[in-house]
Amino acid sequence: MLDRTFIGRTSEPVTVEVERGHIRRFAEAIGDPNPIYASLEAARAAGLPDIPAPPTFVTALFAGDVRAGMGIDVRKLLHGEESYEYRRPLYAGDRLTLTQRVADIYEKPGKAGVMDFLVLETTATDATGALVYRARRTVIIKR
Amino acid sequence: MTRARLSELSVGLALPTLTKPPIERIQLVRYAGASGDFNRIHVEEGYAQAAGYKGVFAHGMLVMGFFGQLLTNWLGTPAPIARLSCRFRALTWPGDVLTISGRVSALIDDTEPRRATLALEATNQDGMVVADGSAEITRTD
Repeated sequence: MLDRTFIGRTSEPVTVEVERGHIRRFAEAIGDPNPIYASLEAARAAGLPDIPAPPTFVTALFAGDVRAGMGIDVRKLLHGEESYEYRRPLYAGDRLTLTQRVADIYEKPGKAGVMDFLVLETTATDATGALVYRARRTVIIKR
Repeated sequence: MTRARLSELSVGLALPTLTKPPIERIQLVRYAGASGDFNRIHVEEGYAQAAGYKGVFAHGMLVMGFFGQLLTNWLGTPAPIARLSCRFRALTWPGDVLTISGRVSALIDDTEPRRATLALEATNQDGMVVADGSAEITRTD
């Protein structure tokens, strides 16, 4: 089973920039044809300061990997749940500082036996230190 | 595009449904690249099979991305979303056709700004719910 002493482990903060091309490729991968993700002119015509990010784009911002060294076999991983709390929309050009933390580790019986659950929380702040979003991911690890 | 008038929502109101084209393997490769999730289980058949699956399957986050698309189709971009959550219930395979639906589940009028919660669901061509979730939107207009 996963070692519960990893709870509270926190990654080194990473500063990332939201990039226009990254947003466009992300929207293309989802298959969202909204031109606002690909065209600065379309975004500005809609009164926006820059190209906006789709709601789940935050998953594409790399927050460091707090799982490193925890001995997790990625072939046994399943994504259980994901949740986001947003304080404001994200736009290309935003610079964010991301920190990831192991929020919880627990085990629960499932159909295929006992499974381990790992809860990761990522917080993103702007240059003033204000919270921009918080992400919570529950990963299931089959034994 | 007709946008939702957030001041005129009612509980039970259904969002316009989004039906996605069949999931393609190349889409999983694109999503891996765009999201930075390079778990080989989503892009390499042999690797997925060695891990005990019939083949590659979609990133859960791709399906959650469809929830995002449902909301921005309805609310415009950027959508006034305060919270978005998703629970993954079954795997999605290449060739699957997902239908994304949502409805207003509650109106919260004792907060400022006022809010509404939405119940979201992704269903495959066999009628199986592969993901469900919820969103909380602000009603500022």
